Amino acid sequence: MSRPVADPPADPPADPSAGASVPAVTRGTRGSLVGGGVLLLVVVLLAVVVPYVVTLGALSSLVMLFALVILGTTWNLLAGYGGMVSVGQQAYVGVGGYALIQLADAVGAPPWAAVLAAGVVGAAVALPTSYLVFRLAGGYFAIGTWVVAEVFRLVTMQFDGLGGGSGLSLTAFRGTDRVDRVAFVYWLALTLMVAVVLGTYLLMRSRVGLGLTAIRDDRVAASSLGVAVDRGRRLVYVAGSAGAALAGALVALSTLGVTPGSIYSVNWTAAMIFIVVVGGIGTIEGPLVGAVLYWVLQQALAPLGTWYLVVLGVIAVAVVLLAPRGLWGLVAGSYQLFPTTYRVSGAGHRRRGEADVTAT
Amino acid sequence: MNALEATDLTVRYGDLTAVDRVTLTLAEGETLAVLGANGAGKSTLLAALAGTHLPVSGSVLLDGEPVGRLPAHRRVRRGIALVPEGRRLFGSLTVEENLLMGRYPRRAGQWDLGAVYDMFPQLADMKDRRGSVLSGGQQQAVAIGRALLANPRVLLLDEVSLGLAPTVVAQLYDAVRRITASGTTALVVEQDLDQALRVADRVQCLLGGRTVLESPAAGLDRDTVADAYFGITRRAG
Amino acid sequence: MDWLNAGVQGVLLGGQYALLACGLSLIFGVMRIVNLAHGVLAVLAAYLSLVLVQQGLPLWLATVVVVPVFAALGYALQRGLFNPALARARGRASGELAPLLVSFGVAVALTNLLQEVFSADTRTLPTGGLASAGLAVGGLSVGVLPLITLVVAAAVIAGVQLYLARTSTGRAMRAVADDAGAAAMTGVDPRHMYGVATALGFATLALAGVFVGMSTQFSPGSGDLVLLFAFEAVIIGGLGSLWGTLLGGIVLGVAQTVGAQIDPQSGVLAGHLVFLAVLLIRPGGLMPRSVQA
Repeated sequence: MSRPVADPPADPPADPSAGASVPAVTRGTRGSLVGGGVLLLVVVLLAVVVPYVVTLGALSSLVMLFALVILGTTWNLLAGYGGMVSVGQQAYVGVGGYALIQLADAVGAPPWAAVLAAGVVGAAVALPTSYLVFRLAGGYFAIGTWVVAEVFRLVTMQFDGLGGGSGLSLTAFRGTDRVDRVAFVYWLALTLMVAVVLGTYLLMRSRVGLGLTAIRDDRVAASSLGVAVDRGRRLVYVAGSAGAALAGALVALSTLGVTPGSIYSVNWTAAMIFIVVVGGIGTIEGPLVGAVLYWVLQQALAPLGTWYLVVLGVIAVAVVLLAPRGLWGLVAGSYQLFPTTYRVSGAGHRRRGEADVTAT
Repeated sequence: MNALEATDLTVRYGDLTAVDRVTLTLAEGETLAVLGANGAGKSTLLAALAGTHLPVSGSVLLDGEPVGRLPAHRRVRRGIALVPEGRRLFGSLTVEENLLMGRYPRRAGQWDLGAVYDMFPQLADMKDRRGSVLSGGQQQAVAIGRALLANPRVLLLDEVSLGLAPTVVAQLYDAVRRITASGTTALVVEQDLDQALRVADRVQCLLGGRTVLESPAAGLDRDTVADAYFGITRRAG
Repeated sequence: MDWLNAGVQGVLLGGQYALLACGLSLIFGVMRIVNLAHGVLAVLAAYLSLVLVQQGLPLWLATVVVVPVFAALGYALQRGLFNPALARARGRASGELAPLLVSFGVAVALTNLLQEVFSADTRTLPTGGLASAGLAVGGLSVGVLPLITLVVAAAVIAGVQLYLARTSTGRAMRAVADDAGAAAMTGVDPRHMYGVATALGFATLALAGVFVGMSTQFSPGSGDLVLLFAFEAVIIGGLGSLWGTLLGGIVLGVAQTVGAQIDPQSGVLAGHLVFLAVLLIRPGGLMPRSVQA
């Protein structure tokens, strides 16, 4: 009375090409070497050619670009690799700015040391703060970081020693020739930018970075594999905040002062978000693209006044909904200029799409 | 005209083909049991019939009307109700509120709150309890009641026995038998052969996403089913 | 006496914060979305009312118009922007950020749009003396408008609670919040229900915005602080509880007014510090709801 409708699927034939060869694992591709070479060339040009060809004003503007790259790269570390959207990184931009001025003026440290130390101060403040803000998650974490930034701002304003409501001026450069000062700040900013981007690349390429990507993709799974989830997220938060502090220090150095309203402004976060989202979240290349775009738009749309911020907001929304991988994702696909993935190649390895997999 | 007709259904999850050109029919008032081991494609088949996961090809006809491209919430209003795998009660809602959700499509029929409480008397006693504090068997009863309140043309039951003790499963299938006896057309997906055979008029067995056995349930040799279930082909002699 | 006065003012101020926070809490409760444009949208409601009043409508009528307009706006925004963003969230891991990022983009665009249209000057909604009227209670002067605000806040929260608990749509909203997929199996269209929830949240937001407009000098930049206060009220009170949000608003209000009593410049800071203290000591809030399975 019963009849089988179809024979059960037979065993798949033995793979004739399965030999004794071991698959090879590579990190980079020829393309990434070429891309890396191009970037290196750009950096060299920026270092030795550009300063002699453009105006001092343009150099100061480029310093802002370098600071934006640092800001974007470090915000991306939090959001793109750590999965944490912080709307309060301006807290550390402010900490960095104020720390720089205190260290350079009050303590008398040489400016380059003061900038680096400002980064360390940022990290030192971020560590205890992380215990507080990690009690929140998701969107509430975002607003919580904003509250923290506001607290930093308001507390800073309470201290007359920090200039109260009107801020501080940088006096360390008094007596320095303007050209020397601008050039020095420019080269320092360029060096720091390269260091931050390279450092982020090396971090993401390392075992730690692999763990961080796992945490971002699936916290529970990562934890079950032995990845220290809380420690990883804290590392990202502290590193990202240190980077923001570095950028804040550079800004203070370049503009020769800070006011609480500007250095703690949420507009820094708006810039970071635009840079990372439009550039390409979760990639190292994305913030580079995004920072350049933001900087160009800022110059080009400046005559429009606050309309340019309206435009930026709309672009960001459009990118999130329509091109979630950002400009870099659109243009470059899965090409990595800073290779962090592992590629397996060699005999016996079946390419995706060729296997006929059915549920068993 | 059959109550439910699925023709050449193929359902994929990315590259994985979970249901491979499966055809089934369900006549009015009939109960069909779809059997198979884990991963045979049974739940995916139900998802395609209920509209929670759309097939890539093939058609689904309800009373001759095509519903294959309708999303789940529209299919319920047409009359296909699913009791999902794992119960999926609304944890913060009470038992009665869970049941009332079943009435959301507002279809007329024999099933109302009173009828459901008659079928599952234990639920009447706990109607104000939160869904999340019920035992597995109680949750399953609520899930079935919730689907019944939609007065469906076709009731789909996905792995009622999953994670439940045998006595509880037996009680639930007693209820299912009474439900089908009252005229409800049902498709029961099960791993538990015995319980499924108790309520089914016909049996269809899946393996690897394909149908490997179709038979009336009466007089069905249990070994034949087991062979189809595991994909064993016996050599003659 | 001044301290008592400050305390009473704080409680009344809390009503305004609770009303602002109600929508934030509801929307998060149903679909786990935090709308960073929440604050600037309240300010938008105030501006819209101002425009209507300037056209000659009495304030109460302007309010009656603005609330349903905002409800419609909320439905449209949810279906047009946030639902697609949520759909993105189901793909990549970092797509979980999508609704948050979208709301931030909206906040930036809207704040600066308001700035362009209305300039950065502060405005206030004309209340015909209501804003400065006071009742003498004991030795205290209790502001009439703040009192009304508190009463309205409690009424709105009670109304929303009733709606969620007793109506079939409210029940469907709670069901969707628990398990959107299972809700779809009972005939509920999750995308539509999300829209309805946002519409309801925006309606309360519009009402709150009008009250903000009546009692403060607002400008496009006010949205930032409004968002922070609403959020603090929700967290202090405890996620998942609307009555908790009322309590949280009151605690925040009292913290601010008492703080201002200590140092006139430090009211807002005092509120932030109390929020941080709650976060440190009792992160679940003052009226935490246990997490449902």
